[in-house]
Amino acid sequence: MTRHLLSCEDLTAEDAILILDTAKRLGELSTGPMRKLPTLRGRTVVNLFFEDSTRTRISFEAAAKRLSADVINFAAKGSSVEKGESLKDTAMTLEAMGADAVVIRHPASGAPYRLANAGWIGGSVINAGDGTHAHPTQALLDAYTMREHLRSGTGDLQGLRVCIVGDILHSRVARSNVTLLTTLGADVTLVAPPTLLPIGVEEWPATISYSLDDHLPETDALMMLRVQNERMNSAYFPSAREYSRRYGLTSSRMSRMPEHAIVLHPGPINRGMEIASEVADSPRAVIIEQVRNGVITRMAVLYLLLGGSESGLGDLVDEEATA
Amino acid sequence: MTTWHIAGAQPLGGEPVDIAISDGTISAILPTGSTPAPHSTLIEAHGLIALPGLVDLHTHLREPGREDAETVESGCRAAALGGFTAVHAMANTDPVADSAGVVEQVWRLGQTAGLCDVHPVGAVTVGLQGERLAEIGAMADSAARVRIFSDDGHCVNDALLMRRALEYTKAFDGVVAQHAQEKRLTEGAQMHEGVVSSRLGLTGWPAVAEEAIIARDVLLAEHVDGRLHVCHVSTAGSVEIIRHAKARGVKVTAEVTPHHLMLTDDLVETYDPVYKVNPPLRTARDVVALRAALADGTIDAVATDHAPHPSESKDCEWAAAAMGMLGLETALSVVIETMVNTGLMGWAEVADRMSIRPARIGGLEGQGRPLAVGEPANLVLVDAGASWVVDPAAMASRSRNTPYRALTLPGRVVATIYRGRPTVLEGRLV
Amino acid sequence: MNLPARRVVLDASDISRSVTRIAHEILEDAKGAEDVVILGIPNRGVHLAHRIGGLIETFEGREIPVGSLDVTMFRDDLRRGKLRSLEPTDIPECGIEDRLVVLVDDVLYSGRTVRAALDALGEFGRPRAVRLAVLIDRGHRELPIRADFVGKNLPTSRSETIRVRLREVDDTDEVVLEATS
Repeated sequence: MTRHLLSCEDLTAEDAILILDTAKRLGELSTGPMRKLPTLRGRTVVNLFFEDSTRTRISFEAAAKRLSADVINFAAKGSSVEKGESLKDTAMTLEAMGADAVVIRHPASGAPYRLANAGWIGGSVINAGDGTHAHPTQALLDAYTMREHLRSGTGDLQGLRVCIVGDILHSRVARSNVTLLTTLGADVTLVAPPTLLPIGVEEWPATISYSLDDHLPETDALMMLRVQNERMNSAYFPSAREYSRRYGLTSSRMSRMPEHAIVLHPGPINRGMEIASEVADSPRAVIIEQVRNGVITRMAVLYLLLGGSESGLGDLVDEEATA
Repeated sequence: MTTWHIAGAQPLGGEPVDIAISDGTISAILPTGSTPAPHSTLIEAHGLIALPGLVDLHTHLREPGREDAETVESGCRAAALGGFTAVHAMANTDPVADSAGVVEQVWRLGQTAGLCDVHPVGAVTVGLQGERLAEIGAMADSAARVRIFSDDGHCVNDALLMRRALEYTKAFDGVVAQHAQEKRLTEGAQMHEGVVSSRLGLTGWPAVAEEAIIARDVLLAEHVDGRLHVCHVSTAGSVEIIRHAKARGVKVTAEVTPHHLMLTDDLVETYDPVYKVNPPLRTARDVVALRAALADGTIDAVATDHAPHPSESKDCEWAAAAMGMLGLETALSVVIETMVNTGLMGWAEVADRMSIRPARIGGLEGQGRPLAVGEPANLVLVDAGASWVVDPAAMASRSRNTPYRALTLPGRVVATIYRGRPTVLEGRLV
Repeated sequence: MNLPARRVVLDASDISRSVTRIAHEILEDAKGAEDVVILGIPNRGVHLAHRIGGLIETFEGREIPVGSLDVTMFRDDLRRGKLRSLEPTDIPECGIEDRLVVLVDDVLYSGRTVRAALDALGEFGRPRAVRLAVLIDRGHRELPIRADFVGKNLPTSRSETIRVRLREVDDTDEVVLEATS
């Protein structure tokens, strides 16, 4: 049993498919007007955000509220964290408030591990992105989106060819996606300039490439990562123009992909840098769908961790419970 | 009482003898079973190994400035329990030990504690800032008689300053102990750069950042014929550079920490900052190379880099945590575990790497001496067959940041004799 | 070893007769079933719903909308037990607004599943009326809920277990009463 969702390495293929299937079922329940499901009534979910991320916070907030949980938003800005309160003291405060789950976003890799394992709190910890380490719910919503489009919304992703392009070195999205997608049977290729690939990447379960053009015809799903202009200052690449010429997704590059192929982006997108405007707005880009899928995926995670008397991850679900 | 009779100890693991100590020196070495001299106190030591008192080249005693983490007195208690009779107190205190005044203060605190020799290390540059030389001569001439100079915690990055330091210290037979860490290559570094860091998303501290500085420094030392000591060597590549330099006759010595002989970077997967240290824990391949280098003498000494930190500096997320680990009370056990029980070294080599050579590098006269008549009575009695479970709460250090928590380690310091007087008996401070 | 006492209370032909009777009763109640939507509650209620719908189609010669409604998220006893996996919810194209919805489940026991189903229906609209059809009513209600169409009333003790097995998932049609020792 896994009480927390800290990284995709915690998830077996069965767990991951259970989350995706649960998200699918929740999507079926949400076709009408967005009314609340009573499932987590009386439970408290704290969104503990040490890093600005309105998108992710809103997504988790919507997910928790849709399940009728009480939501407390705790942002580092304007809170005691800015006055130098430690993660430990913040955690113990939340524990005293009776948090059943803490959704944490933190600039330090591993902060959710500390929160979960240092004995400061008793509730579930859900990693909403830590440093350059992991962002498991993003990977889950990406896998969900790919499965809907390319695998009829069921089962695993056996044989799916996924290409992740951009700043792999600093990307928690890439790390979590490599782990989750390979767990689900997909073949992952990472494309980046050598400076934006970590030392040690050769041990990852992925193919490494420096050339985007080589892989376009054999890609079912293309994931473009945001590349920050600031990276230029540390000599990762000479200029935005040069980066975009070699690694940006243009219309002509998109036209070399198979017809069924889709384009994903974790957002926020950087138009004209890693992705051309006309690509972002094309029907093959599923970026807005990813946002929608984010809410049901996070609902699924919250339900599976908090819905029963104990977590439903890492364990078989009792399907024969008496009616 | 100034006369002691140690019965049945095995010097360097050899045949059992009785050792008589009187007025701070070894007064006689007798066949075991000899009758103790009148009025002498018996120390029962059958089955115990006798080694010269251990000498640590690299200890952070934190005083002045961070007495919440450690004091000279508490650090000396930890040292005595670990079998040490001399330690070198690193300069990164607050104020920095970059003047005669501060080093004399530390030296006097050591004298007052009276548990082991405390030799202050002087800073190479003012305030460890790496900009201009500290008053090295004044520190050398002070009551503390400083011989080792180091900006430890910071690398002397400026090649010209490093050259000058290596030259200038020649006047006092001093040595520059370099913390080898190329600054630009380690900006924001959190752990060894490799497969594990790539997965954990922690900024890498590449081996080359250490090796590049060592390579530069041995060339500088060769050029000016100065004495270089390399602190906490942590990579297989560094070992190769030092081996090569020694073969060329460069005056270079090197130390390795116990933790780099035992622990590897995969421990970081827990994100527990107790494993955060600088230089970082490296790979199993590096550990093998470091052990081999210590065994063949390429690395001269084991030095603890004992680095106490208060709990709030470790009870936090990885990136916010301080770097460093406790080492004094576990050093000998870790060396027994990694070097003796593996068959890589015998007790004579343990004595050489933990006492004789460090004393020579530090220019200490009464330490690291043979266990022979007329020599200063600095020695440690070790029960090599015993084992113990490391309990942070039971440590003499003011801090609790030991990476060996709950591990069972072999070898127990039973007694430490410092200047002819026990500081530790039956494993407890006297 | 203490094997549970096991008694077949309905065999395949009993089940078939019960389902047929329920289909007729629904038809009668709905006066021609013009606006009937049949929703099964997973798992086995869905298969029963399809059987009932199929029969009504045969009787009436036109298509009857049949779907499924997973009520898990609306249960009030989730935190008391192990986590339940979610089952498909499939509301027919026509929706349920102003329709006569017939909920179908295999066993009616505490009534909590039905209560959850009534809440779940609210997600999708406001039916004209809701009816309940069950294959087995075993008693022991904890809520003021009753079935409109019952295959068989089966008095049980709480220590007994009812297992409904349907050929769509279990390769056989039978209802078994097990006395748990």
